[in-house]
Amino acid sequence: MSLQLSSPESPTVPPAKSRTAPRFSSGPHRGVTHKRKSILLTIVMGLMAVYALLPLFWLFVNSTKTQPALFSSFGLWFSGDFALWDNISQTLTYNDGEFVRWLVNTVLYVVVGAGGATFLATLAGYGLAKFDFPGKRAVFAVVLGAVAIPGTALAVPTFLMFSELGLTNTPWSVIIPSLISPFGLYLVWIYALESVPTEVLEAARMDGAGEFRTFFTISLRMLAPGFVTVLLFTVVATWNNYFLPLIMLSESTWYPLTVGLNNWNAQATTAGGDAIYNLVITGSLLTIVPIIVAFLFLQRYWQSGLAAGSVK
Amino acid sequence: MKISHRLRRAATVVTAGLLVSTLAACGGSTAEGSASTDGVSAEEIATALQTETTLTVWGWAPQLKPIVEAFEAKYPKVKVNLENVGTGNDHYTKIQNAVKAGSGAPDVAQIEYAALPQFALSDSLVDLKGYGAGDLQANYTPSTWGSVNLNGGIYALPQDSGPMAMFYRADVFEKHGIEVPSTWEEYIEAGKKLHAADPKAYITNDMGDAGFTTSMIWQAGGQPYKVEGSTNVQINLQDEGSKAWTQNWNQLVEGKLVAPVASWSDEWYKGLSDGNIATLIIGAWMPANLESGAADGSGKWRVAPMPTYEKGKPVSAENGGGGDAVLKQSKNKAAAYGFLQFSNGPEGSKIHAANGGFPSTVADLNDPAFLNAENKYFGGQKINEVLVQSAKDVVPGWSYLPFQTYANSIFSDTVGQAYGSNSDLNPGLTAWQDASIKYGNQQGFTVSAK
Repeated sequence: MSLQLSSPESPTVPPAKSRTAPRFSSGPHRGVTHKRKSILLTIVMGLMAVYALLPLFWLFVNSTKTQPALFSSFGLWFSGDFALWDNISQTLTYNDGEFVRWLVNTVLYVVVGAGGATFLATLAGYGLAKFDFPGKRAVFAVVLGAVAIPGTALAVPTFLMFSELGLTNTPWSVIIPSLISPFGLYLVWIYALESVPTEVLEAARMDGAGEFRTFFTISLRMLAPGFVTVLLFTVVATWNNYFLPLIMLSESTWYPLTVGLNNWNAQATTAGGDAIYNLVITGSLLTIVPIIVAFLFLQRYWQSGLAAGSVK
Repeated sequence: MKISHRLRRAATVVTAGLLVSTLAACGGSTAEGSASTDGVSAEEIATALQTETTLTVWGWAPQLKPIVEAFEAKYPKVKVNLENVGTGNDHYTKIQNAVKAGSGAPDVAQIEYAALPQFALSDSLVDLKGYGAGDLQANYTPSTWGSVNLNGGIYALPQDSGPMAMFYRADVFEKHGIEVPSTWEEYIEAGKKLHAADPKAYITNDMGDAGFTTSMIWQAGGQPYKVEGSTNVQINLQDEGSKAWTQNWNQLVEGKLVAPVASWSDEWYKGLSDGNIATLIIGAWMPANLESGAADGSGKWRVAPMPTYEKGKPVSAENGGGGDAVLKQSKNKAAAYGFLQFSNGPEGSKIHAANGGFPSTVADLNDPAFLNAENKYFGGQKINEVLVQSAKDVVPGWSYLPFQTYANSIFSDTVGQAYGSNSDLNPGLTAWQDASIKYGNQQGFTVSAK
């Protein structure tokens, strides 16, 4: 995709005029300092990479250990039997396979909640960017205000409201609040202002396309990088959502992975409790795999400038 | 018995906020509340247990599962939904939310002794006196019975208890030629000697734990919390007992003789496994946790009475433990009490003890089979003899705050700082007291320093 887009551009723009070129072609002195800086930057980047990846490495190393080996060996290297496969099968079967149940619940919350939130945010953000209507500024103020309120602060009022409606302890109590993503709406709004040229919409209208057809066949594609970004944000937020389901749900059959794993972890701290740290760690490893896959899969849609050059 | 956790702390703060409005809302309903406890007869309870009912029970104790199974086998018409909605504060937050919302609460909930006043005094629990619980006093140890007996009512039946003892690594003491301490003076000496002999080894760990602190003040004879009626509270964390404890424990904290390891952390289990944490002064429920969490320490641990301030005069306190309560929201109160009779009575407490819990029932504690049980993990020692003796030596008359879960959640902001800087614990205790008084007054209690 990127090749297709950049190839018509590069011959028409002379190299000297490209935005990045002057930085590298400035005087020799600057070149030297740049080089030094970039070594420093590389080191800093390397340290940050280690800092970011070390917990993942720790997680992997320790999910290969048995419960006793966890407490009798060095944390950052392998030790004892390689128990990863055994840990995985135990994680999946422990307590009648409740981990699998939680995984399915989490996927449900992510597909319906995060998917729905992205769809609604895209529709609304696009609408706000491309249509004029009375009260637009008020909507703008409300959305900006909503971005500023942390979800945790809303959890208890939401609980009381849902309790009135009789929706607590049902999957709806987790899905419905997840459908609202003010930050996503704001992001799509800004993105639509920049990336969907009004001229294109006017051209479509001239050709007789209805607003919904225009949205689904033309605008949505131009918005792709924007809504994929929103999708990633909402997927990660819903996948990691802990406080809301903790408050809303009181039956383990509807728990997502976050709440379930925390219950497993807390189990070791109660009188007579079964310490299953090895399963908690292995469960955590399994829990992050889908997020990594989602990132790898979605990042190819994550490029800007799809509509660059469409109006000239 | 419970760990403090950042998220839990957030949850507690939320709970606390809800408590205010609950108390305010319940201000006028006392008369109504006592009227509803007028009584359910034994026949009504027996009938309820033979009627098709579904009971919801919230609790995290692993012993509840086999108890529920046995209960359902005996009363097949009653179905029990056992749900683990979280451990400790998570669980209390959920109960508080459901109470506040007016629906969604379980019929029966597990509640620790330290948290019981919060729910009992906010009128969320059924006073079990009207169900005949008043006749059960002789079945339970005085300290656990005292914990469920609040403000003239009985708000739970005791299940597990945690009389304190000293769990120690016999191998570590032997290796360094250290005598098993019986007084706090000897304990501190042992701590110094051990750490000098092996800089990696510590006599115990402590990073500041509210439950441990209150238990230690309890043993030292302190009574920092006094509750009169349902709203008058007095706090004095500088009373004689509190000061006796700080004078003692300061020597360990200021001398950097306690391992800077948080209880229930991975590091903690590691220290218990390899012997770098040589003793634990903790509740009698600990053996099962050592067996599952520190399997490598098998055969090396022993149990001795908790060190005392005066040689030859055994004194002990409770650490953790709790019971089961019936919630006011329950629509099946008679059946719920029937469940309590089973789970917290002779049948349930047998199952509880067989699954690693420490009983609060006098009959089980005096049962020769229980007393003489040799524990393999402890090298064949008859540990229950020590633990049961401790249950008998608990100082009477202790009470917790009606907002203890909140107070415990701010412990690390106040007393915890002394641990971080290895300094005197007394200013921390005073700061904790001030913060607790301020919070309690905001919640509608009348709290004063004593």
